[in-house]
Amino acid sequence: MNAMLDTPQTAANPVIAGKDLVKEFPVRSKGILRRKVGAVHAVSGVNLEIGANETLALVGESGCGKSTTARLMMNLIEPTSGQVLYEGKDLTKLSRAQMRPMRRDIQLVFQDPMASLDPRMTVFEIIAEPLRVHGLFKNGGRDRVNSLIEIVGLNPEHRNRYPHEFSGGQRQRIGIARALALQPRVLMLDEPVSALDVSIQAGVINLLEDLQDELGLSYLFVSHDLSVVRHIADKVAVMYLGKIVEEGTTDQLFAGPAHPYTQALMSAIPLPDPRKERTRERIVLQGDVPSPSNPPSGCRFRTRCPLFKTLSEDQQAKCIDVEPLLRSDHDGLTRAACHYAKKKQLV
Amino acid sequence: MANISVSTSDKGRATGTKGDTVLAVKDLAVGFPTDDGLVNAVRGVSYELRRGQSLGIVGESGSGKSVTSMAIMGLLPKTAQITGSAKLEGEELLGLGDAELSRIRGKKISMIFQDPLTSLNPVYTVGYQLAEAIRTHYSDISKSEARARCIDLLDSVGIPNPQQRVDAYPHELSGGMRQRVVIAIAMANNPDVIIADEPTTALDVTVQAQVLEALEKAREEVNAALILITHDLGVIAGHTDEVLVMYAGRPVEHGSVDEIFYQPRMPYTLGLIGSLPRMDESRDQRLTPIHGTPPSMLNLAPGCPFRARCPMHQDICAEVEPDLLPINGSGHVAACHFSDQLEGKAPDDVFAPVATDLSVEAEVEAMDAEGAAAADEEDK
Amino acid sequence: MSNTAAPRLDAEAITSKERGQWELVFRRFFRHRAAVVSLVIFVVVVLFAYVGPFLWKWDYKIHSEIPSWAAPSLAHPFGTDKAGRDMLGAMMQATKQSLNVALVVAIGSTVIGALYGAVAGFYRGWVDSVLMRFLDIMFVIPFLVITGALAGAIDTSVRWYHMAIILAVFGWTSIARAVRAEVLSLREKEFIEAARSAGGSDWHIITKHLIPNTMSVIIVSATLQIAFAILSETTLSFLGLGIQSPDTSLGLLIDAAGASAFNEHWYLFYIPGVMIILIALTINFIGDGMRDAMDPRQTMVRR
Repeated sequence: MNAMLDTPQTAANPVIAGKDLVKEFPVRSKGILRRKVGAVHAVSGVNLEIGANETLALVGESGCGKSTTARLMMNLIEPTSGQVLYEGKDLTKLSRAQMRPMRRDIQLVFQDPMASLDPRMTVFEIIAEPLRVHGLFKNGGRDRVNSLIEIVGLNPEHRNRYPHEFSGGQRQRIGIARALALQPRVLMLDEPVSALDVSIQAGVINLLEDLQDELGLSYLFVSHDLSVVRHIADKVAVMYLGKIVEEGTTDQLFAGPAHPYTQALMSAIPLPDPRKERTRERIVLQGDVPSPSNPPSGCRFRTRCPLFKTLSEDQQAKCIDVEPLLRSDHDGLTRAACHYAKKKQLV
Repeated sequence: MANISVSTSDKGRATGTKGDTVLAVKDLAVGFPTDDGLVNAVRGVSYELRRGQSLGIVGESGSGKSVTSMAIMGLLPKTAQITGSAKLEGEELLGLGDAELSRIRGKKISMIFQDPLTSLNPVYTVGYQLAEAIRTHYSDISKSEARARCIDLLDSVGIPNPQQRVDAYPHELSGGMRQRVVIAIAMANNPDVIIADEPTTALDVTVQAQVLEALEKAREEVNAALILITHDLGVIAGHTDEVLVMYAGRPVEHGSVDEIFYQPRMPYTLGLIGSLPRMDESRDQRLTPIHGTPPSMLNLAPGCPFRARCPMHQDICAEVEPDLLPINGSGHVAACHFSDQLEGKAPDDVFAPVATDLSVEAEVEAMDAEGAAAADEEDK
Repeated sequence: MSNTAAPRLDAEAITSKERGQWELVFRRFFRHRAAVVSLVIFVVVVLFAYVGPFLWKWDYKIHSEIPSWAAPSLAHPFGTDKAGRDMLGAMMQATKQSLNVALVVAIGSTVIGALYGAVAGFYRGWVDSVLMRFLDIMFVIPFLVITGALAGAIDTSVRWYHMAIILAVFGWTSIARAVRAEVLSLREKEFIEAARSAGGSDWHIITKHLIPNTMSVIIVSATLQIAFAILSETTLSFLGLGIQSPDTSLGLLIDAAGASAFNEHWYLFYIPGVMIILIALTINFIGDGMRDAMDPRQTMVRR
């Protein structure tokens, strides 16, 4: 069993790394006693490494734990177990006071640009807030905010306007400017473009690419959309029910995903190309994602897996009893957590 | 499951051949009076829909793509000012009273909305709601017949264990399952036209694939025409025959799905295609965003509404709003003064692959200001 | 196209100076006509109550030189009562005492209630459970009986601050509930998470984000509190449980004039009555104006 495991692919020197991250949210009974009656296994043993100037995309459907993982990586929520290593320190062990200066280096951009901006603050105040929190505003903060407004492509004359006076794309730029205020090294991008109209989405994607080139940022790009991921990411990790089921560089993954879930996900993304759409192979998954409070034994994907149905009973038993680990000894280029991983070219 | 019996009480319908026109919309316009003036949400939409055909309507939020269909269904508030015509098999729909509309709604035209949870009543089982949809229009059908038909319908949209699910309440089903129930209700009476308004936007991609498959199957089974309203060009590419691109309340391009995707002749369409990241292209390809935002529909300035965001605009664009002009004999039309210049152009030939362009935003503001100024002058 | 754009961009250039939050709030408040008019009237009322006594020759006490039952005249613009008290002087004192009670109750109960509700909603869990159970207990205590008992238990004659404290102790519960409900939904908003991920402390989040965003609820509650305080004070004074003679209040004046509402001394009843309405009404409009001014979405800043 262990022979099949190889050591994780290590980036030369990861800027930030999550090790065996586990997060269980307790399910409590109603009333004053609030006994713990169960747990939602949101994240179950995730390892991630992001190098300097690198974009790691975390892909999965709603409820797979990708947003929770991003928040664990910045110690915004406390993991049940596991470590987050940044500059040789384990962030999860830091006290709140010790964590405060570290917050400057790791910032978050949200999915919904309207909900993530305080409706009662002007753009200037929103972008200035992180500086004020860290006591940096007095020291040239005004100029810093004004230059940030220009960096993200907003009109500096609009600094006194409120979030509701902007379009979705402009609001997301405000959110990005706020995240950049403290000159972070790592940005956690939680579905930053999925709430935007297509024509506007492209501008924000280009902005994120430019900022990475200019500022040398590292991105954790959380998304459900493999098209955007292919465009922006260097490495991809695919999550299903709290676990990473496949990972590799973007080129490796798109050249031929080996995990049945990745294959289904890839085939479900519609291509804006009618001729290709007519001839594409479609893998339509049956059923729904099982509840994360009671995940299936062994391979968590087996209840919906199209490959599982074609297996013999002995082979199926292995999927039910043995949890597959990420491995690369299959014919694909990626590391996939499937006992019967097999490369399949889809795009 | 492939040969479920179509309810026999309506012979002659849903059996028409593919090709005859079921829905003809002509010069449909919708205005909403507000405190600040009239918002012209839809400014002249015309299309014909043939049986078995599927028409995709794309556009960004606020382009009027949903309002068009709501107007046809008679679902707009009473204050809306609707003009033009929408004929279903020759019968005019606009201006019908509530009683006549409810005779048609659900029976001849049915609609599927974005959020399945709000379109289902939480206090009734899905079976009850399905049966109700059938019995509203066919009151003579018996309870057991209705139930059998419900199970058939649930089965045909791909719901596992329909015998049990028929007694489930909406909250007991997942989002994808609920949307399939909504589709089952929509196809219950073999409608001529199914309008699906962003049917999969709230769903995950793998579930979206299931729902689109169910929708496709439902349409084939009852041989209905489908109007698929979405902002997702990928969904449009895979599931429609014809595409109508809307911008600022008007169609700006209309053609077969291949024409729209491979030979767009309106800069907006070209820009949309260029701004879309593609899974089948490597990352060195820069995206070409359309800068700026759509104009305010209140006091729209004269001329082409896209001109402020259009890199090709010339003086004439500020003066004359282009009509939909034919590109070739095939019915492909585009509303651009310079559509012949777009022949063979790729998105990055026209749009710059930069992250921001403040000059475009200034022009958008100037255009809105111009519209407001023109409206002020009219008031005086 | 360029000529129409030019003035607009000029206007933009003028407004592009970066402005503080409060400056914008004030600018919006002064655009609200009813609120500004009310503010002016309210200021006049306040001056009448607090500065008036220094300018008017009579105070609220009984003087032997004053005739009883005098109709309004230059010497006694609001007339005099049976005991020989100048009603203008009495009105000044009564308004002052009622305003004292109202403002202390409004400020006291709002501050207590808002903080209590914000803490309960923000921390949730057992903190919330304990705080809310206590609130439930406060809610089932019959207010009038207990205030009456408390007022009766005060040995010396009841002063306005006794009234204020008693009313504040009972008034804050509804504000706490309203603020808690608002905070519960606000704390799930992403901008709260954004503030936290920027390193903001709980105190920063409560004061900079939660309280400003619950401001409309708080202001509405506070204006209702003022009306509640004035009316409760009137009721209690009317029942003989409130502020006691020789001190006076609007409630006491109405109580004393109760019999004359429909005879020739009607002004003894209606002048304090109008004053109560005036205070409650202006406070309401000022509250409306403040609520709108603090919510940038409610006013048309542009267009």
